[in-house]
Amino acid sequence: MLIMAGGFGLCGVPEQLILAIRDSGVKNLTVVSNNCGIDGVGLGLLLDTKQIKKMVSSYVGENKTFAQQYLAGELEIEFNPQGTLAERIRAGGAGIPAFFTRTGAGTQIAEGKEQRQIDGGLYVMERGLVADLSIVHAWMGDTEGNLVYRKTARNFNPMMATAGKVTVAEIEHLVQPGDINPDHIITPGVYVKRLVHVPNAVKHIEQRTVRKRTAAPAGTGEEV
Amino acid sequence: MAWTRDQMAERAAQELRDGFYVNLGIGIPTLVSNYIPAGMSVQLQSENGMLGFGPFPYEGEEDPDLINAGKQTVTEILTTSYFSSADSFAMIRGGHIDLSILGAMQVAENGDLANWMIPGKMVKGMGGAMDLVAGVKKVVVVMEHSAKNEPKLLKHCTLPLTGAGVVDMVITDLGVFAIDKKGGGGMTLIELAPGATLDEVRNKTEASYRTSNAL
Repeated sequence: MLIMAGGFGLCGVPEQLILAIRDSGVKNLTVVSNNCGIDGVGLGLLLDTKQIKKMVSSYVGENKTFAQQYLAGELEIEFNPQGTLAERIRAGGAGIPAFFTRTGAGTQIAEGKEQRQIDGGLYVMERGLVADLSIVHAWMGDTEGNLVYRKTARNFNPMMATAGKVTVAEIEHLVQPGDINPDHIITPGVYVKRLVHVPNAVKHIEQRTVRKRTAAPAGTGEEV
Repeated sequence: MAWTRDQMAERAAQELRDGFYVNLGIGIPTLVSNYIPAGMSVQLQSENGMLGFGPFPYEGEEDPDLINAGKQTVTEILTTSYFSSADSFAMIRGGHIDLSILGAMQVAENGDLANWMIPGKMVKGMGGAMDLVAGVKKVVVVMEHSAKNEPKLLKHCTLPLTGAGVVDMVITDLGVFAIDKKGGGGMTLIELAPGATLDEVRNKTEASYRTSNAL
């Protein structure tokens, strides 16, 4: 079974739905997600129970259990460049089976894939992705399934909502149709088959970076 | 003495122009944001879906829904916009970002870049690096000139590539190189860090390069 799980790092991760998958006990999962949580949090929960057979991700560096299982040969990984991963999901949801991208042309990523010269540049053919089940996290949703995301918790969630044969959304705030300004809806309800209201979502911060209340220069501040 | 990490970041900041949209990688490139000249408008792009972000939040004001691509808590500014990862990489791949500054393990004289994996070691993944170097208008690498006395500026990268023929400029602790990645004109040493000598650069560089007349 192929599951797509939204989130970037621990931001915008459908944590309660991951717990539900853990409790279901389903195994041999292929999971498409940009990252694989951290130890004991997010998708890390499904590593602890060895329910994941294969990950399709762009970066998995924050998880020791992942490294152990990978090195022991218990876990497969397919690395996709992050933008290619995002576009494969978008394409899958939009009914586009394949597309050409410059990303990865002339690198190991292109091995075994068609490469083509287009307008003088070298491009790699990548395939669209669809999932048996997509799980996403949204900030607000109405009973029609219309969704709104909050800040950078949007990330992969909107595309994954479109690419699941069944999409389940967990939402922090459940409202009635008409309560969300239609101009502000990001995921139209047509994509969402099930809603789970999670009013007290626990959110995690992976890298807590702060500044002192004295003047700091514009930009991001110091490196951590 | 050669440039420190901060001085390398300060030198990289000279590549910024008013009105630029810029993506900064993790490590020394992040420091570049400390050297944006006063009065210059530069919007920082974070590939997890944010354009225009501010400094770290004040203690107690961290928002788990508001992070940069390094998963660090950041803040919103007046120009901020949010979008999905697909939109974010459409912006990157589509050539709408002016400048990408990132680190590297190896750079070759033709602009090839390797910065994502070492065969035989646990690979963490390339994240958005391959998309950034393939799509952003100008790619600047900031890195130490050599690693444990092994040169990092090479004739050919020995590590798997992140991008083929993608680097426009390399800033190391010893100086600055320009790479003519499109015209095939190779690599040129265009600046020396204070205290660095042409001989030192020559000894620590495997790649072939020309030296600018100004030096």
